[in-house]
Amino acid sequence: MIGRHLLSSADLDRHDIETLLETAASMHDVQRRDVKKLPTLRGRTIINLFFEDSTRTRSSFEIAGKWMSADTINISAKGSSTSKGESLRDTVRTITAMSVDALVIRHSASGACHQAAQWVDASVINAGDGTHEHPTQALLDAYTLRHRLGNLEGKHVVIVGDLTHSRVFRSNVITLGTLGARVTVVAPPTLMPSGIGDWSRRDGFATRWELDDVLYGDDPPDALMMLRVQRERMSGGYFPTAREYTVGYGLTRDRLDRLYAVSPDLPILHPGPMNRGLEISAEAADATSSVILDQVSAGVAVRMAVLYHLLSGDPQQHSQGVSGQDLDRGAA
Amino acid sequence: MTGIVIKGARILGEHAADLVISDGVIQEISTSTLARTVTAGSRVIDADGLILLPGFVDLHTHLREPGREDTETIASGSAAAAAGGFTAVLAMANTNPVTDTAEAAERVFDLGRAAGLVDVQPIGAVSKGLDGAELAELGLMARSRAAVRVFSDDGRCVGDARLMRRALDYVKAFGGVISQHSQDSRLADSSACCHEGELSGRLGLPSWPGVAEDVIVARDVMLARHTGSRVHVAHVSTAGSVEVIRWAKSRGIAVTAEVTPHHLALGTELLVGYDPVYKVNPPLRPTEDQEAIREALADGTIDAVATDHAPHARHDKEHAFPDAAFGMLGLETALGIIVDLLVKPGLLTWADVADRMSIAPARIAGLTGHGRPIEVGAPANLVLVDPDASWTVDRDASRSRSRNNPWHGRTLHGAVHATLLRGACTAYRGQVAPAGGHLDLEALS
Amino acid sequence: MSGDMPHPAARVVMNSGEISRALRRVAHEILERNKGPEGVVLMGIPSRGVPLARRLADSLSEIEDVTIPVGALDVTMHRDDLRRQPTRMIARTLVPSGGIDDKIVVLVDDVLYSGRTIRAALEALSDLGRPRAVQLAVLVDRGHRELPIRADFVGKNLPTATAERVHVRLSESDAEADEVRISGGDR
Repeated sequence: MIGRHLLSSADLDRHDIETLLETAASMHDVQRRDVKKLPTLRGRTIINLFFEDSTRTRSSFEIAGKWMSADTINISAKGSSTSKGESLRDTVRTITAMSVDALVIRHSASGACHQAAQWVDASVINAGDGTHEHPTQALLDAYTLRHRLGNLEGKHVVIVGDLTHSRVFRSNVITLGTLGARVTVVAPPTLMPSGIGDWSRRDGFATRWELDDVLYGDDPPDALMMLRVQRERMSGGYFPTAREYTVGYGLTRDRLDRLYAVSPDLPILHPGPMNRGLEISAEAADATSSVILDQVSAGVAVRMAVLYHLLSGDPQQHSQGVSGQDLDRGAA
Repeated sequence: MTGIVIKGARILGEHAADLVISDGVIQEISTSTLARTVTAGSRVIDADGLILLPGFVDLHTHLREPGREDTETIASGSAAAAAGGFTAVLAMANTNPVTDTAEAAERVFDLGRAAGLVDVQPIGAVSKGLDGAELAELGLMARSRAAVRVFSDDGRCVGDARLMRRALDYVKAFGGVISQHSQDSRLADSSACCHEGELSGRLGLPSWPGVAEDVIVARDVMLARHTGSRVHVAHVSTAGSVEVIRWAKSRGIAVTAEVTPHHLALGTELLVGYDPVYKVNPPLRPTEDQEAIREALADGTIDAVATDHAPHARHDKEHAFPDAAFGMLGLETALGIIVDLLVKPGLLTWADVADRMSIAPARIAGLTGHGRPIEVGAPANLVLVDPDASWTVDRDASRSRSRNNPWHGRTLHGAVHATLLRGACTAYRGQVAPAGGHLDLEALS
Repeated sequence: MSGDMPHPAARVVMNSGEISRALRRVAHEILERNKGPEGVVLMGIPSRGVPLARRLADSLSEIEDVTIPVGALDVTMHRDDLRRQPTRMIARTLVPSGGIDDKIVVLVDDVLYSGRTIRAALEALSDLGRPRAVQLAVLVDRGHRELPIRADFVGKNLPTATAERVHVRLSESDAEADEVRISGGDR
């Protein structure tokens, strides 16, 4: 049952995800038309409240809202409000005082969207909170993967990179797990979040330190997701040099050739922005099986689906547990 | 001045007795008949079913004055302390300006005496401006009217081993003690905001591990052994620290330790909702650590309960979790938490409560007037506890100027019935005396 | 919701035979009105308008021996009552390969009631292209229009009270025998 907010990928059960992905497919059709504008959310106000820059995510939400005729307003709250003496609560309450229906929040602090949802009446959508989650990214990744692989039940998805600082990893491991995929995450021990041992056992995903063992082992991947690694992590002592990282964990040309010898259609994902030459080589990024541009294109459709399901429907009934499937369209 | 007669109180939870108090001193204790020296006009407190303990002593309180009087003052913090059954509190040095001179210490001391609700004993900074580089004027603070004996850079760790060694050596001259906020700053970087573990991994919160505390405790007990001086471990929160302290005590090293009610009672799992009211330093820890510190308090490895009462303005707490201030209130709720968590299940007796909340902290801080045995001739710094009363914490009813109360809405057992500071009633059945005065029991009864 | 449960007091107003006879008649009327099948495209409105459109197309093929293009037109995103009901699922819109520009689009739905669905359909259709003409075929017209809309082809006119509910069951979508029932409205 899709609730009022989308704060975490854990808010969505399998049925919810499938509903959203089916809706996204319809939205994707709309995207291919000459006339893209739908009247669906006419009169509704969506605020993109970005405390952190993200051209890609912000414009994706903006287009999604506009194609459904919502009034979409971008507010950049970059630069910590803490320094201006205004609390996060002040900021979100001031903005939602203007009769806002949805607040799309990007914040550099984990949990900021959860906190905001406590303070406002509007629907809150998490567009990335710190190193916590990015639920719409996981949905568009699932959408992209389903397009290539069909049902994800039992499919083996390998996620490689800086897991500690990745909200994409956290949301994907939940969403892919909910859809029945088998997930293996690969990183050097220093880039794995603390306590990942207990966590992975509880949530049923695998953790590995050696990339090549995973790529060329008995259980080869059905899809490969490379995460961004920020160069500044080196100064934190997470790994010694970029060169050493690439040799250990990068999707290099050599690794790609060896993978393609066995599975030339292997979908390669990357949430962007890419560090070409560090975690992914130019050859891999531009490879025929790369779905990186498909991910971007799916982003708008998935966000339209999320906005539709959060903002249409009787606001009273959202809380009463009535979902769209119960509606009998034969009764008129 | 007329005296107070306490009738039928169970001293340390044991036998019932009548006490006659006047001139700030316990004049008579009678276990059989009504005390004969009751004079006309004495106020009588019917203490049937109540427990009499020495007034509590808090080794670790942040009173925020000077600097952040919007969040707490020495007077408002004193009122909260009296309501919580305390007769003495040690005020941490991390104010603005820092308590790192004799003058600053005397100012805090004097404001405490002027408020008159508890004895406010300043803690001096170890380093000038808490910067961890050079020693503050420890000796002048010790010789001042405030007679400072406890020194701490709390909020920050004395990270430099050489500075810590010098401080330990230096305070031997006047029987001082260094209270250390044990936290290796390289293992707990400035963005870290909670305990490192499975939950912080899931929540994506920057975190620091328990071992950041353990390594400093281990280093400091070795420095205490080397210098032959006294080190006090503030707010112990890990099983690792407990292990080290237990070992150090077995070797006769002069180490003492305190634990807060919130570390005993609240676990890291509370962070799932990202509510900054649960953001505190040291961070809330997982069950294994909680069990270890409870056991250590029960067996005496940890000497004392201290509140780390840390008031904050709403606007400093209502940020995103990583940006919010560390700390929570604790003076008014400490007793209730200890009763529910340790006395009711039989882990501590009432005599143990007297030890952990009064006798031991007074001894550590060198406060001779507090934490004394309840006997004729002792200063009447006392608290009467109703062990069966239950009450629900309401943050808006707090005497503190702040509202960052993690216990809001909880029902606690064990309530302060009355607090007496040198024979004057500072708190009685929920009422607190005005600053500089005391409660007229006649008017209240 | 309760619509899926057979209502105890429901009465059958069209059985399987009546439904197929009505559809055949509508097929003939479509041909008659448009002077043959030339340029006719059927667009079913999900969910039950889609199988009805397919059945009509089959009838038209039987009569004229041509293949009539059939599509689906989801109108959800164009509805003006989204805030008054639980969130509706969105169905796929399928435009026949020949498109709809300059075609005679016959919208097909199961029940014509307020007319709001058809208003949304006209709007949705205009996003897809510019047909030469748009016509409307429904299995049941139960009256109570709230907009100036009328059907060109009606399987059965069914006078109802507003408190009553009309249930259309089709073997393709409901795994039940074809049937039209009325329920409710009685005390």
